[in-house]
Amino acid sequence: MSNLSLIVLLLALMAIGYQLGMVRSRRVATINPQQRMHSRPHHYGMMVGLWAIIPAFFLLILWTMLAPNVISSMVAAQLPAEVLAQEGMTANVIMRRISNLAGNFGIVAEAEPWELAAAAYMQQLKSSSAALLTGLMAAIAATGLFFSYKKIQPQLRARHQIERTIKAVLIICSTVAILTTIGIVLSMVGETMKFFSFIPPSEFFFGTTWNPRFSTTGVGEGSLTGSQGSFGLIPLLSGTMMVAGVALIVAIPLGLMVAIYLAEYAPAGFRSTAKPIIEVLAGIPTIVYGFFALVTVGPFLADFGASIGLTIRATSALTAGVVMGIMIIPFISSLSDDIITQVPKALRDASLGLGATKSETIRKVVLPAALPGIVGAVLLAASRAIGETMIVVLAAGNSPTLTANPFEAVSTITVTIVNQLTGDNDFASPQSLVAFALGLTLFVITLLLNVVALVVVRKYREQYE
Amino acid sequence: MNMPGNPIILTEQDVTMADPAMTVNQTNSSDKIKMTARDVKVFYGANQAIHGVNMDIIENEVIAFIGPSGCGKSTFLRCLNRMNDTIDICRVTGSIKMDGRDIYDPSLDVVQLRAQVGMVFQKPNPFPKSIYENIAYGPRLHGLASRKSELDDVVESSLRRAGLWNEVKDRLDQPGTGLSGGQQQRLCIARSIAVSPDVILMDEPCSALDPIATSIIEELIDELKQNFTIVIVTHNMQQAARVSDRTAFFHLGDLIEIGATNEVFTNPQHKRTEDYITGRYG
Repeated sequence: MSNLSLIVLLLALMAIGYQLGMVRSRRVATINPQQRMHSRPHHYGMMVGLWAIIPAFFLLILWTMLAPNVISSMVAAQLPAEVLAQEGMTANVIMRRISNLAGNFGIVAEAEPWELAAAAYMQQLKSSSAALLTGLMAAIAATGLFFSYKKIQPQLRARHQIERTIKAVLIICSTVAILTTIGIVLSMVGETMKFFSFIPPSEFFFGTTWNPRFSTTGVGEGSLTGSQGSFGLIPLLSGTMMVAGVALIVAIPLGLMVAIYLAEYAPAGFRSTAKPIIEVLAGIPTIVYGFFALVTVGPFLADFGASIGLTIRATSALTAGVVMGIMIIPFISSLSDDIITQVPKALRDASLGLGATKSETIRKVVLPAALPGIVGAVLLAASRAIGETMIVVLAAGNSPTLTANPFEAVSTITVTIVNQLTGDNDFASPQSLVAFALGLTLFVITLLLNVVALVVVRKYREQYE
Repeated sequence: MNMPGNPIILTEQDVTMADPAMTVNQTNSSDKIKMTARDVKVFYGANQAIHGVNMDIIENEVIAFIGPSGCGKSTFLRCLNRMNDTIDICRVTGSIKMDGRDIYDPSLDVVQLRAQVGMVFQKPNPFPKSIYENIAYGPRLHGLASRKSELDDVVESSLRRAGLWNEVKDRLDQPGTGLSGGQQQRLCIARSIAVSPDVILMDEPCSALDPIATSIIEELIDELKQNFTIVIVTHNMQQAARVSDRTAFFHLGDLIEIGATNEVFTNPQHKRTEDYITGRYG
């Protein structure tokens, strides 16, 4: 039985347990009229329901995590010894072929008889594992339901048990979120280390040429795999910075002016309409922006450049940056608007009371007071710009060359990750592994920006408290 | 157009006498009147906060506004330098003149008015800048000092007149927000002195301060009245009695009584004033 139907069954079981518990607690109450029940009937019902499903659910999770490993090691133990001794065939590749066969996916080249046998064995193991899991879960759920049902007594503090359960669920959820982050980082670090076993870090971080060549699955030594390409980060990093820089040059003045107008000048009615409309800019799917850049902005910029004697490519750092700048305007305008509104009225009054005009007050008092918060907003927008992919894929020209000219086509870290991971790839080759190194680099850059932004914003927050 | 200081006393006196229904403004003919308010009404949207106030403010006096919370004394104070303009729903009618010039005249430059009528607020509100920058802010805006040395002089003399110089002269580059509450309030007073106004409005300047800081500010007010006309709103009747020459009692948006402070406090003309200052009301 599939895990999904198991979960549905568990939920149904919970509903049944709930009803049973309620009925039982009412009966217990009528049997002992002199004793007051500690908890309300629905508490007992919930307790029975939870006892019925939680242990079984934990079993399901454990089983789902462990079973595939157990099965594959059992299959591996059955493999003929001479197969494992073959040259150029790692255990990983063999196991992937077998599990693809077992899952009825296609594989490269004709399947050997021993592979078919192993696949059949794997299928058989899988179905018996599923049957075993269903049986075990049914047993555990029934036990939990039965014992908790029997335990219902006037003294039983079902209400407190539910409190503890809720707390535990909350803790588990937050742990999942944290562990996922840690897990993603660790797996990226692991893959990055593998990449660095092909290419030394110095070559990656300081190399000025990006030309990774191609990799193909299932081809041995002597082809274009291996460490033959050049994996220099610098052209990608400079492209990323250039696109993000253009985006910020567009977004900071526009966003800041929007924020100042909304916070200081706009009537309340206009502000409450305009702000959500501007925020929609951030909600438009980035692929739509990319399309817009490719079809409208790029040709327009190229024509405009031609009219003033500049050679601007239609797909260039400028095109991608301008469109991305429009996308991140709301990040800057909305956050800055909130921060400007938070500047105490007393400061404005002080400045106005000294005979400053409104714009003088904004320039000399409000903006300096809000500056740390605005810097935080800009940094958040910058990390968004650096991580943006789709617009750049379509509009930046995808040319990983080192150039200082924003009118030329460039490529960015994110685009390169897309390029390296799409298509028919061998995930053990440096051509694919470099994506993890790039991803980790990107992650560290945006993390640093976010940390700086948070520190700056927090410092600002303390100023008026 | 009257330049500040032009003799306009007679006309103002005539207005006062011509309207017997108006609240008595006890002014001697030797006093020079700085500001006059006639039939000032203030509305917040549909609510009327002030129901027609008439008042003369004499040059170089300290006049205190007292009254229970919500009586309109702060609102009226904020009319005197048009700070109510910053509140969208606020509307002011009637006339307020300063040196004979209607300050609500559309042709009047409100920026110039506020430079002439400084304001000190209830809560000390120094800018989050250095002490020096706090004082230099106004003079820079109005171009009162053309050279750095002149600006230094303005800063020093303003701080001296606010009695703060000796405490801060070694740390002018430190943030003004790092000072104690009383020092911050004196910094704010120095800041408004720095643009050399004629009138200083103080909106409960001591309500956020401890008694020692309060008494320092009260002494300061006493010195400042040599050079400035001071209008102070206070909740503290002892303070009004200590610092002011004249006292105005407001109640529910009306000016009930105005007169020499010792008379208002020892021999109030109105029952409500008496109830308030003897603590039976408010």
